[in-house]
Amino acid sequence: MYVYDEYDQQIIDQRVAQYRDQTKRYLAGKITDEQFLPLRLQNGLYVQRLAPMLRIAVPYGTLNSTQLRKLAEISRHYDKGYAHISTRQNVQLNWPKLEEVPDILAELAKVQMHAVQTSGNCIRNVTADQFSGVAADEVEDARPWCEIIRQWSTFHPEFAFLPRKFKIAVCGSETDRAAVMVHDIGLQIVKDDNGDTAFRVLVGGGLGRTPVIGSVIHEQLPPRHLLTYLEAILRVYNQLGRRDNKFKARIKILVRAMGAEAFKAKVEEEWAHIKDSALELSDEEIARAKSFFTAPEYRDLPAQDMQALALESADFARWLNHNVHPHKQTGYAIATLSLKTTGVAPGDITAEQLEAVAALGEEFGFGEIRSTHQQNLVLPDVPQHQLFALWQKLVELELASPTVGTLNDIICCPGGDFCSLANAKSIPIAEAIQRRFDDLDYLYDLGEIELNISGCMNACGHHHIGHIGILGVDKKGQEFYQVSLGGSQGLNASLGKILGPSFAQDDIPDVIEKVLNTYVDLRQEGERFLDTYNRVGLDPFKERAYA
Amino acid sequence: MPKIIKDAQVQDDNWVLWRDSETLPDSAPVIVPLNLYLAHREALAKLGEVGVMLASDESPKALPADTLASLPVIAIDFPKFADGRGFSYARELREQHSYQGEIRAVGDIIRDQLFFMSRCGFSSFALPGDELEEALASLNDFSEVYQPDTRQSLPLFRRRSA
Ligand code: SF4
Repeated sequence: MYVYDEYDQQIIDQRVAQYRDQTKRYLAGKITDEQFLPLRLQNGLYVQRLAPMLRIAVPYGTLNSTQLRKLAEISRHYDKGYAHISTRQNVQLNWPKLEEVPDILAELAKVQMHAVQTSGNCIRNVTADQFSGVAADEVEDARPWCEIIRQWSTFHPEFAFLPRKFKIAVCGSETDRAAVMVHDIGLQIVKDDNGDTAFRVLVGGGLGRTPVIGSVIHEQLPPRHLLTYLEAILRVYNQLGRRDNKFKARIKILVRAMGAEAFKAKVEEEWAHIKDSALELSDEEIARAKSFFTAPEYRDLPAQDMQALALESADFARWLNHNVHPHKQTGYAIATLSLKTTGVAPGDITAEQLEAVAALGEEFGFGEIRSTHQQNLVLPDVPQHQLFALWQKLVELELASPTVGTLNDIICCPGGDFCSLANAKSIPIAEAIQRRFDDLDYLYDLGEIELNISGCMNACGHHHIGHIGILGVDKKGQEFYQVSLGGSQGLNASLGKILGPSFAQDDIPDVIEKVLNTYVDLRQEGERFLDTYNRVGLDPFKERAYA
Repeated sequence: MPKIIKDAQVQDDNWVLWRDSETLPDSAPVIVPLNLYLAHREALAKLGEVGVMLASDESPKALPADTLASLPVIAIDFPKFADGRGFSYARELREQHSYQGEIRAVGDIIRDQLFFMSRCGFSSFALPGDELEEALASLNDFSEVYQPDTRQSLPLFRRRSA
């Protein structure tokens, strides 16, 4: 994992001082609300329905045990003793006090954390595959590149007042776990014709009000050009992106209006000026970034017979099947800690659990923990022979719900319970669905299904790319829900289609049940929900749901 | 005399910002809108020192290449402080057109933008309000930066390894 040197630390410390001064001037009435808005947003501070919300950056979803302990301490001291993992791998506090935020930032800076650019119309915290560096199907580790991008985008002087927010995601494996197709810029690491690392560059993807799949504007960008190319894209967007209408201001609208080819031509024109500038990455810098992400001291462990392990107990076997993924190192496994226990808001974690996970990270790994955009945590380096011991501890901690990848591993934004932009609540919908489908055998029989819920068009819950998506809408002041089917993430991402008129809150579990029954009736051998949907289309589901 | 922040100091300012894009001013030194400048270059030259103001949707590419270098000042307007196009324009003037004169930020700017603006090539700031001395501090919010810019030609990664 990346470790700050004196430069990084100094920059973060000076940021705390800068924000402390801004807060002081704001409270003294020297900065207006309107002026303070982007300043606080660029430091992750929203003012929400009930209290401010502070979004703490977890660059590309990587954390260590020390940081988790600090988060636990902060959530106890400055908040209500719990934190929330967001759909962008960040950590959110729901109840901080505006005047205490500088102190929270100072505490975070002690463990090399911050809230820089987690919100606002700037380049946001870069995200990556949560299994980077350990996934069995990896082309190349995305994290060194993410760190290079993090540094370039941190306090970039030119791009702090963009038309709209700007999100970059990097994926280093064949299975895209970073949703690169639906980001403002998606970078997929590929091998070029000579077998060297290159980036496939996508622009203009996005969810929100106008969901779009990104367009490829470079098939094989050599790594040394990474930052100059990104800078050229941002420069074009900063000048030409629409600023007259907030809903048309994302880069996807610009790319669509110009056409991907014309946009690319503009980028290349800007790029020509800076391609060979000092910003071109040096071999030393690439090597330096990579040196922080070398493999930990893995022991020489024999591969375990996972089927034999599963014989320990039926409950353990379920967890093993659903929450454990293959590791590239023989004898090791990747374990996902579910934050989807029914009755708890998806992604929420208490201070005690955070501390316990910090300890587990050290006991069953190298003190590293990942956060995922599915709002779970991951222990990336668990020796296979210790999986049973780990599972027993997770059960006690209520972090072992064996439902990763099933219908109940719901992605859900904070919604109307917290968010002032919401049209409708989302957490109670997630809970109602989890309660209705609490039979594990039924869930497993349904197989892989992604159900995503957003409380409004802003789509923080990524409802467009859920196999089943639920969106809160406002119908004459009442909370209603629109259901869509057939969305998917990954390199063949697709956007869901709306089933029909929206439903009342109480009807949602029934509607989902009808949709699932349709699938069960129509599926052919081996078909996942998405496959059946793709084969039969929307109509059979629609007929049943509105019957 | 009005004051302005220029070259990291509070200074007297004798430039008049003429926002009227239809009628000519009658005295200099004056900064005029781009279209007025383009339409009346010769008449304006007779007045004395003349600078040009770019609106937030006017890229430096619209400036005539033959006179660009001789302009004493180019002002870039911020109709709203959150409209960040001018940051790119200033960089373009410095880095692509090698413009050496004064680049002035005018309009709805706030002191918390001074650091980034100065990195993008702005050398003066017509900051509204009267707390200019206090605002100077914001020019130095950070003593180290990651990216190359018009103040620091090398990115941190090239200085780190040195
Ligand atoms: S999707 Fe809407 S309701 Fe949900 S967190 Fe985002 S802005 Fe708030």
